[in-house]
Amino acid sequence: MDVALLPAVNLAIALLVAGGVVLLVGFKPEQVLTLLIKGAFGSQAGISYTLYYATTFVFTGLAVAVAFHGGLFNIGGEGQAMMGGLGTALVALSLADHLPAAVVLPLMVLAAMLFGMLWAAVPAALQAYRGSHVVITTIMFNFIASALLSYLLVNVLKEPGNMTVESRRFADSARLPGVHDALAWLGVEWPRTPLNLSVLLAVAASVAVWALLWHSRPGYRVRAVGFAPEAALYAGIRPKRQVMLAMALSGALAGLVGVNEIAGVHQRLLLDFVVGAGFAGIAVSLIGRSHPVGIVLASVLFGALYQGGAELAFEIPGFSRDMVFTLQGLIVLFSGAMAQVLAPALQRLHHALRPAAATQGAAHG
Amino acid sequence: MDEIALGSLLASTLRVATPLILCAMAGVLAERSGVIDLGLEGKMLLCAFATGAVGALTGSLPLALASALAVGLALSMLHAYACVSHRGDQVVLGVAITMTAAGLTVVLGIAWFKMGGQTPALPDSVRLSPLFNGAAPALSALPFIGPLLALGLLGHNALVYLSFVLVFAVWWLLFRTRFGLRLRAAGENPAMVDAAGVSVLTLRYQALALNGAVCSLAGAYLVLAQNPSFVPHMTAGRGYMALAAMIFGKWHPVGALWACLLFGFLDALSIRLQGLSLPVIGAVPVQAIQALPYVLTVVLLAGFIGRARAPKALGTPYVKER
Repeated sequence: MDVALLPAVNLAIALLVAGGVVLLVGFKPEQVLTLLIKGAFGSQAGISYTLYYATTFVFTGLAVAVAFHGGLFNIGGEGQAMMGGLGTALVALSLADHLPAAVVLPLMVLAAMLFGMLWAAVPAALQAYRGSHVVITTIMFNFIASALLSYLLVNVLKEPGNMTVESRRFADSARLPGVHDALAWLGVEWPRTPLNLSVLLAVAASVAVWALLWHSRPGYRVRAVGFAPEAALYAGIRPKRQVMLAMALSGALAGLVGVNEIAGVHQRLLLDFVVGAGFAGIAVSLIGRSHPVGIVLASVLFGALYQGGAELAFEIPGFSRDMVFTLQGLIVLFSGAMAQVLAPALQRLHHALRPAAATQGAAHG
Repeated sequence: MDEIALGSLLASTLRVATPLILCAMAGVLAERSGVIDLGLEGKMLLCAFATGAVGALTGSLPLALASALAVGLALSMLHAYACVSHRGDQVVLGVAITMTAAGLTVVLGIAWFKMGGQTPALPDSVRLSPLFNGAAPALSALPFIGPLLALGLLGHNALVYLSFVLVFAVWWLLFRTRFGLRLRAAGENPAMVDAAGVSVLTLRYQALALNGAVCSLAGAYLVLAQNPSFVPHMTAGRGYMALAAMIFGKWHPVGALWACLLFGFLDALSIRLQGLSLPVIGAVPVQAIQALPYVLTVVLLAGFIGRARAPKALGTPYVKER
């Protein structure tokens, strides 16, 4: 019951409170919900947008989860994703004019991971070797990343004469093909959307994280340190290295957001392409119980909320897309910070119902 | 730089520093009792919204302040209920409050005022005006020191001065009263407080109530003094900067005050240095100065300049049975 019932109840409370807010601002929750589902899953384009948003959330959600299993709270997904985008863009801007896509694209992915990794490695090293808390330093690094990106864009990467703060457009070989392109090669017609091949990268990342954390020695060590640092130390595992490893992986995953957004969609470096995805990753990881399968499901849920929310803002005048951000915050509140508030009550209910539900209970384990 | 420029630099330093000071005091109160507050940003934003909304609707300053106070206290009690009573993760709660606040203020703002999330501009009767209006012209006549005093120190509203009084009050409360001693003990060694027969839970609830009250002033300041109305996301990271200042000040009210003044000064300076070329170093990028508070805090945390030591029990919920 701890695995399924409590999270479900918490999620339901968050949705109920969000429904209350919807009522409060004068809309009908059932109408909002219908339109939201229709917007997110009702058409090929809707599904594609949902999956495009979900791709970004898989990366940031996995980033939070990997750090979490190492006993660390990485709030720096935002900054690491920005750096990932910077890495992607730097490779694209310097190499794409001379090299074919087959060389440039893998390099862009690697650069995204490397930049994200390095940006997470500094707070990790400060935590491991200097004892400063990773939560605070990663927050600080978000702001530093934002300032650095802004400096580079304004003073170095901006095209002269261009008024908007963005880099020049990449050459074609730095474009990660969209899913509609890939399906067109296979002869399937699909509407043109931002959904790109990064979605496959997200699936691969989920499988890799699962294999690494639960089926490899380094992953076991990371989890051991996260679960019981003293016991891990006693067993001969060096905690400092595991902190470095967990954060480096976490940063690399967050950096991949840059591939989805910069290489897959925008084709140029922008100032605010991350827009809260790093924080959304916290919510995704919490609902997904920090497990890759849960994270993929939670990412699709959040992707649907983002896409449905955008559609809603379009369909109902006066409805703000920020409702989705509110719900996201409420989910972190009820499924994260207040996750155990209802546990005693549910436990009592469970015991009270036990004689009646003995056969059913056995089936649930 | 002449005295007028110096005076206005001092003035904008104080203006920028005030919400940071108030917010940092809120942080000091919570964290000294052992409760992490990463929700300062969100609390401040929701309080600012309450001030803006109620101020615009009623046209009354006391009501606007009271609503900010009510929202601040409500959020702090939520904080206490989740993290002190139910031992929820304090970091996650802070993130939750900040995320919810960022979305909710826009949703409510758009629904209620239909101005893209802004509230209508507050009437002058609600906004705070400079406290010593009469003194400024009289002082300006003095050579050199006159403009500095008139522009820099005396042209402010009551909340600016109150924030300095509050620093002293928080210091006095924490370090000169029995309650403060217990509050700090709850943040360092809660088991000892418990053994002495004092409730750790009650102390932390009280600390958070104070935290909410002080934080509501920070939010109210943004709407009553800085901006004529509430604007979405108007806190713009100030809560986190206050958090950095609190750490930079080593969890001490006076230290935090100096850090806030330094950060405020850097902010005021970065606006003035824009496009200017300095003699030796050349043009300083604005972004470098803006990032400096965070860089300095990281460097301090890493132990390269002094040592910032957090309260020992910070972030650990108290379990009585141990």
